[in-house]
Amino acid sequence: MSARTARTRDRGRGPVEKDSTNLVAAIRQSLPRAAWWAVCTSLAVLFLYPLYVMVSQSLKAPGEAATAPPTLYPHELSLDNYRALGGDTGIDIVASAGNSLLVSLGATLATVVLSTLAGYGFARLRFPGSNILFFATLATFMIPFQAVITPLYLLLNNLGLQDSRLGLAAVYTTFQLPFGLFLMRNSFAAVPRSLEEAALIDGCGILKAMVRVVLPVAAPGVITTALLTFFACWNEFFAALILVTDQEKFTLPVSLSVLASGNLGSVDWGVLQAGVAVTIVPCVVIYLLLQKYYVGGLLSGPVK
Amino acid sequence: MSGDRHRGRRQLPFPGPAATAGAVRRRPLSRAGRRRLAGVAMTTPALAMITLFFLVPLVMMLWMSLHNWPLLGEHRFTGLKNYRDALHDTEFRTAVIFTVKYTLITTPVLFVLGLALALLVRRRHRGARFFQFLYFVPVVVGLASAAFLWLFMFQSDIGPAGDLADHLGLGSRTTNLFAGSASAMLVVIGMVTWKVVGLQMLLLLTGLQSIPTDVEEAARIDGASRLQTFRYVILPLLRPTLALVLVFSVAGSLLAFDQFYVMTGGGPSNSTITAVYEIYRTSFIKFQLGYGSALSALLMIVLVAVSAVQLLLLRSSDQ
Repeated sequence: MSARTARTRDRGRGPVEKDSTNLVAAIRQSLPRAAWWAVCTSLAVLFLYPLYVMVSQSLKAPGEAATAPPTLYPHELSLDNYRALGGDTGIDIVASAGNSLLVSLGATLATVVLSTLAGYGFARLRFPGSNILFFATLATFMIPFQAVITPLYLLLNNLGLQDSRLGLAAVYTTFQLPFGLFLMRNSFAAVPRSLEEAALIDGCGILKAMVRVVLPVAAPGVITTALLTFFACWNEFFAALILVTDQEKFTLPVSLSVLASGNLGSVDWGVLQAGVAVTIVPCVVIYLLLQKYYVGGLLSGPVK
Repeated sequence: MSGDRHRGRRQLPFPGPAATAGAVRRRPLSRAGRRRLAGVAMTTPALAMITLFFLVPLVMMLWMSLHNWPLLGEHRFTGLKNYRDALHDTEFRTAVIFTVKYTLITTPVLFVLGLALALLVRRRHRGARFFQFLYFVPVVVGLASAAFLWLFMFQSDIGPAGDLADHLGLGSRTTNLFAGSASAMLVVIGMVTWKVVGLQMLLLLTGLQSIPTDVEEAARIDGASRLQTFRYVILPLLRPTLALVLVFSVAGSLLAFDQFYVMTGGGPSNSTITAVYEIYRTSFIKFQLGYGSALSALLMIVLVAVSAVQLLLLRSSDQ
């Protein structure tokens, strides 16, 4: 709609521009729009500048990355900083990326499966107390997970999950479950009941009807849940810092924090920015590809 | 679900006479019964996870907060002593005051800029959607990653944003901004604004779009100025969204940790230690797990209170 009105306005202005009085009117008319574009564009530069700095810094040759004042762009393109991520600085960022991927994907898979099952149970298979349980689960949103980190540390120790990627993935799954449950319950509730009733009459079991008939219709909800969970786990820092102490099992943000604290007091800023790029770029790419699902999930906040 | 499968299997070997007896016995597993059973079976795994890794630690936290609980060695019941100590703990008090100060600055900054952005890209210009999309990109960047990025940008001498310090009157590009608590906090707030304001914009934008345009037009026809329309028509209708956005940023700021751990390390001289940072230091640097739990309990109470206020605001705006 907006595009069309703008286009007709453009077309209407075309022929009259030869007349000088009309030219003034036309300029006056288009001035607010030009100003709007100018403001929006300069803001866009402000928003993208840090990301540019990150990429540019990571592509500088090691010597150039440490010059003062800094160069605006890499005068000599070099991938040395990315090569150094393999452990040249004492911290193996590549291995950390593997840990991050393992923990995040594990937690995402677990969250999606568990919240799909439970979401369907809460949406369709009412049992005594199901509503109370659902709202009790939602209520855990109010309590920050940071508050339970101290006992959680002891609990994982007691369960033999101390210092383990499995333990961290389990913790991430738990923290993401309430929101996943909420999203999946809503997705299932939006699917017409008649759909699975037909399948059930045809002799399908409940689980089979859910997986084969209802789940494909609720697929956007699954994608949203998976995306939000993955982003949250990939970027999580606090729990990862506390619950994992073995450097070989560090996730990306924790390894970067070791890198940023410096080796003998000096920080290799080129390598650090390459590590930051490795952490950020996947998120940006996924956002570009699947923004509809990601944004949609954020907007269906639990409080609405 | 599983009952279903059993019945199918069991029925096959006994076709004739067993069918009637089976029907009586099967009644509790009628269609509705089976659905209830399946509901319990499907929700149990998720609820078990939440119970084990969230509710159990929650109860443990309250229990531990009543004890002197070192990492190694015996723990001893001390009743409310940890809570009494917390009230007189100057280190904790400093952290709480700093956290509240940080929240009081960050919240209005994020809100005003978020609303301004939302109003800016709300207009039905060609390209508005494109800018909405661009301003949202930093939201997908992790808080810790954003902190590493900005830590570099504002490094003295080699930081690309160093000249900004000059323009803002914070000194020259050789000034170490992280050495002063005020300038360090300013850089952190800048980073958080960059990272979060897109989300605030998006939420406010959605709120604005849910207001029917004819309400606004009617006000304009009745002679209200643009500002009056905003103040008396749009703002009241936006209230549920405002509550949501404010509580998001208040809760986020009260729980701040990553940005200060990464960018200031709590310094200079512990002036940027937040409440969560203090809990981290108490439990995992000093290993006073009981006292750390008491501080966590206090934090939880504050956060629950904030959420409750939010719910109240939402409810009263429904009426």
